[in-house]
Formats: sequence, structure tokens, C-alpha cells
Amino acid sequence: MMISESFRELHRRGEGALIGFITGGDPSPKISQQIIETIAKEGADIIEIGIPFSDPIADGPTIQAASNRSLNAGTNPQAIFDIVKETKSRIEIPIALMTYYNVLFKMGVQNFLTKASEHRVDGLIIPDLPIEEAAEYRELAEKQGIDTIFLVTPSTLPNRLKDILNYTSGFLYLISIYGVTGKRDDVSQLTIQSIKRIKPYTAGTIPLAVGFGLHKPEHISSIIGSGADGAIVGSALVKIVENNLNDSIKLIEQISTLTRNLKSATLPKK
Amino acid sequence: MSRLDIYPIDGKFGKYGGRFVPETLMPVIKELEESYQKFKNDSNFKKELEYYLRDFVGRPTTLYYASNLTKILGGAKIYLKREDLAHGGAHKINNTLGQALLAKKMGKKRIIAETGAGQHGVATAIACAVLGLKAEVYMGTEDMERQKLNVFRMRMLGAEVHPVDSGSKTLKDSINEALRDWVTNAQTTYYLIGSVVGPHPYPMIVRDFQCIIGHETKEQILAKEGRLPDALVACVGGGSNAIGLFHPFLEDANVKMYGIEAAGESITSGKHAASISAGSEGVFHGMLTYVLQDENGQIQTTSSISAGLDYPGVGPEHSFLKSIGRVQYDAITDKEALEAFIDLTRNEGIVPALESSHALAYSKKLAKKMNKDQIVVVNLSGRGDKDAEVVATQKGAMI
Repeated sequence: MMISESFRELHRRGEGALIGFITGGDPSPKISQQIIETIAKEGADIIEIGIPFSDPIADGPTIQAASNRSLNAGTNPQAIFDIVKETKSRIEIPIALMTYYNVLFKMGVQNFLTKASEHRVDGLIIPDLPIEEAAEYRELAEKQGIDTIFLVTPSTLPNRLKDILNYTSGFLYLISIYGVTGKRDDVSQLTIQSIKRIKPYTAGTIPLAVGFGLHKPEHISSIIGSGADGAIVGSALVKIVENNLNDSIKLIEQISTLTRNLKSATLPKK
Repeated sequence: MSRLDIYPIDGKFGKYGGRFVPETLMPVIKELEESYQKFKNDSNFKKELEYYLRDFVGRPTTLYYASNLTKILGGAKIYLKREDLAHGGAHKINNTLGQALLAKKMGKKRIIAETGAGQHGVATAIACAVLGLKAEVYMGTEDMERQKLNVFRMRMLGAEVHPVDSGSKTLKDSINEALRDWVTNAQTTYYLIGSVVGPHPYPMIVRDFQCIIGHETKEQILAKEGRLPDALVACVGGGSNAIGLFHPFLEDANVKMYGIEAAGESITSGKHAASISAGSEGVFHGMLTYVLQDENGQIQTTSSISAGLDYPGVGPEHSFLKSIGRVQYDAITDKEALEAFIDLTRNEGIVPALESSHALAYSKKLAKKMNKDQIVVVNLSGRGDKDAEVVATQKGAMI
């Protein structure tokens, strides 16, 4: 299933999308595979897997630590491609990869995208690649049938928003706040206002998903209630890995519970 | 060939440079570029900066003929551009004053900076103290341990020092942390970057403020020798002192240029910081440039006796100048740098920074191969008091 199909189906059912992020290969390739399948089975609609990078400037301490654990476990891009293929062979769910541009650049953008496509990757999120630098990447990704998910922020002005939308497929990623990834206590007014401001530009053409800071069911319902088509949860899931490094059974249990609770918040109000 | 001083064009030096930053920073770096273009030609801004550079920093710094060293080597005449005499003890202040003044004009009251050895942090703290701005400096805990004196100097000058405990706990991580702060507080905060690195427009802005080194050198050598030098030598970490010296000479085809990186233990040992000499093209800290990385694009940790050169990337303009062959890049080991440090101290009574000692070590080799009527200018980018402890340890002494 492709990302756009997933959103269309959810839309028909009146649901928002739960997009679950996890750093791939953390704490080991084997457990990472289990975590991803758990997130998928317990109700996430789309999975976002991070390919670890040594210097993740858009990430807060939780995902930084996960990236380090994963790199120390020997994770490379190929290992993540393999996880994607394995997951897709068992579960029908769209998968997007998140990583920093140097990981593509070093492998060769064309080569990276070909491999990604061969391993059934559906979309890519590259937080340090603004549209100014993305012409070649976007063109090559389109040829491989991979969605290019770009990010906007509360300070993105209408003209730039339109330019970014021209580069975007799959969904538009709204960063909820000014800052890096990581839990925040509440959904701020800034986030709600930003959703309402941006929604008219995306409605009917591309889904709008919101990420950074969300970790409670009430955050998800507030985001979806304000007009977003999906909510992305990352650091809260990654934190469960960090807290249960020596107990994979408890780790999987907690991932299951959190995913279920978060998914329930995307369902239509009875 | 087109002129070399017209770059960057649309944020790039050839294919190098660019703006590889999170979307949150895009409006901010565009605002910075617009403000910079406005103020750099503003006569009041220029006058104010000139005033501080002259009366506060003590510019122009001298161009000193190192006659003892020249005699010993028996080759080309060696001149030293004495950036070690600038206030704060290094060329860093040229950039921090320029940018701090720009930040002030832009109405930003909070300044953040990264520092490795602490020299840029101290220079930022000095500039902010004199201009009445608040400075917060990110520094790796590993570096804080190695450079305790500079940590204290920054705090005395009123700067807040934030320890960075992530990654390798050194310069690259302090830049990561400064970028994260900037992403979070971009509306109120000015990021005062310390070298010709990072996303456009930083490599251009820092270069422009450092070009005073080359402009003065040109004037001074013409006054002393009636002609331009045959060669320029400068050390390259990020590369700001080198580009500052080189840039005004780029169109003078007979002036050869040498950028000297840190070979650490040796290039073959893998324990070095020679991004151009031993690295490959990559995208790091907002720019496309030469970086030290593994086969998967993970940035590697570096090693050098000199903390100021201990960085796994290099300014994109250097990558460009390397690609067209205008500047030759080479590397000097810790051991060679240490010898050059002692040499200059004994023979000329000048204690050079370990960073600058890399340039000195290379000039010694170069001058020997040249004729007595030829001229080499070495950028003595900083003074070496800060390195006393490192040198003492190497020499087996305790202080």
C-alpha cells in the first residue's frame, strides 16, 4: 500500500493517521524488527524508520541517543533497507525512511533511491534538505515512485509553503513547534494555529501530518480535531526502547500499549 | 576563467557550500543574508567596525620579517603576519566583532556560539562584552577538560558556557548543539559561527570579515619589498585565517598558496584532522564540502595536538579552491608542528599557537626549496600561551 492510499482509506473511515517513528536498528537489528512489526500490528497506519546519522541536528537527546545505540550496534543503510523489506513482506503498511542528506549523498542519491525502491520504501523524509538543494533528489525519487515528504514550520510563509507543496508527495510534514524532536508537555496554541493556517493549502490535494513533541492520546486528538490528517509520534516510542534495553519483553509490551492508546485517539468521536 | 573573487554565486562556490539546514532555519538564514548585504556597505556600520578594529583590537597587526628563522633555513625570506598580536591573541576577533556588530544592528540581543579550543568562545565573549550583548557558548565536555583556562576566561568575560555531552563531546558536537539551540530560538537569537563553515551565508560573511588579514598583508609587503610575495602559507581547520589571508590574493596568479591541515599522528594512522587531504565530499553542518567520514557517510572523530584544527570538515570555499587547483593543500603532523613551535619560540622570541605552528612547519620545508630573493608570508594566526600545558605534557614537563 502506498502512503496516499493509506490516507485515502483512513479518510473514508473518518480516522486520522497514526504515524509511528522509531530509529532503525536500535537496540539491535533483531529487536528493531520486532518493535516495528509491533507498532504496525497495534494500529499505526504508517511507519517511519530513522536511518541513524552521527550528527542528527534536528533531533533532541532521545533520538540522538537512539542513533548512537544503533550505530554502535553496527547499523548501516543496507540493514535498514533489509528491515523495510522484511516488514513489508509480512504486513501491508506504508513505510517512510527518515535520515540526513549525507547518508544519501555518500551512497550516491541515485543509488540510494534505487536500493530504497528495490526494498519497497514508500517515502523519504530528509530534515536537512530544503527545496533549494532538492531538485535532483526529487526528480530521481519521483522516477523510483518514492514519495518526497518535505517539512514546513509555524514560520513558513504562504509563498514558500506553495513552493514546498510543489516538491511534496505522500504527505506534508508540519513541525509543530520551533525546536528539535522530543516530548513537550502540551500541544501549544502555535501548533493549533499553524494547522488551521496551513490546512486550506493542503485540503483536497495532500494530507497534512504533524510531528515533534506529541506523545499522549490527548495530543493526538487535539491535532486531528484541529484539522490535521495525521500525527507523528517518535521520541515517546524511542524512549520506551531506552528505558527497557535489558528487557525486550517489557519493551514490546510497552510499545504495544502506547501504540494502541495513541491509535484510539485518531478514531472518530462516538 | 572567471574571476575567483565573485564567489559564492547563489550560495555556492562551484558545487560546494549551499544551505543544507532544517526548514526552520531557512527564513532565518535568508534574513541574515539580507541584513548582511544591507549593512556591509553601510558607511556607519563600516566606520564603527573600523573604529573597533583599530582602537580596540589594535589593527593593523604587523608584518614581521623573521630574519633569524630565515637565516637558519637559508632559503626564501619568511614574513609573519602577526595575528597573534590582535586583542584576544588570535585572528578570531576580526570575525566576532564583525558579526556581533551585525547582530546588534539586526536587533538580536542573545548571541550563541560554539567553541572547540575556546578561542572563538573567548573572542565571542570579548566582542559581546564590549558591545553589550549576552553571549552563550556551547563547548564539548572533553574540550572543557582540555581547555580549563579558556572556560574560566569566557565566564570572567560574562559569557555563559553550556557543556555539551553528546557525540564525541568536541567541536563538531558543540556546533550540533548550537544549531539545535538556533532551531529552537531562531526568532531571538543570533548564531555567531566561528569559521568559514556552516550554511550560506556564513562562509561568505566570516571570510569577508577575515579578509582584513590579506588586505593589510598586501599593503605591508608592497611597502616593505615593493612586490607581492611568492607564497602564502596558513593552517586550515575550518579555514578562516587561511581564507582571510588568501582571498585578496586570489587574482594575483604569481602568488602561490598553501593550506596546511593537521595530519595528527599521521595520515595513514587514521588519527588526524585532514579533511581535504584525506577526506571525501559530503554534506555536513549545512554545507557540501570535504569531510572525514566512513563508507556510510557517518562523520568521523578527529585527532590533532591542536584543538583549533580538530574538525572533520572544512570551509566550502577551500574545497572549491582545491578543486580548481588554485590553492595547494598539504598536512603537517603533531610532531612537526611541535618542532616548529619550539623553533619559533627559541629563534624569534614569539610563542605561536599550535594551529599556526602547522603553517610554520610547512613554511620551513617550503622556504628551504626556494631562492633567497623569494618571499613567503606565513599567517601567524594566534599566540601559543593557551598551548603551554599541551606542549609541557608533550615535553614531559609539569606546570
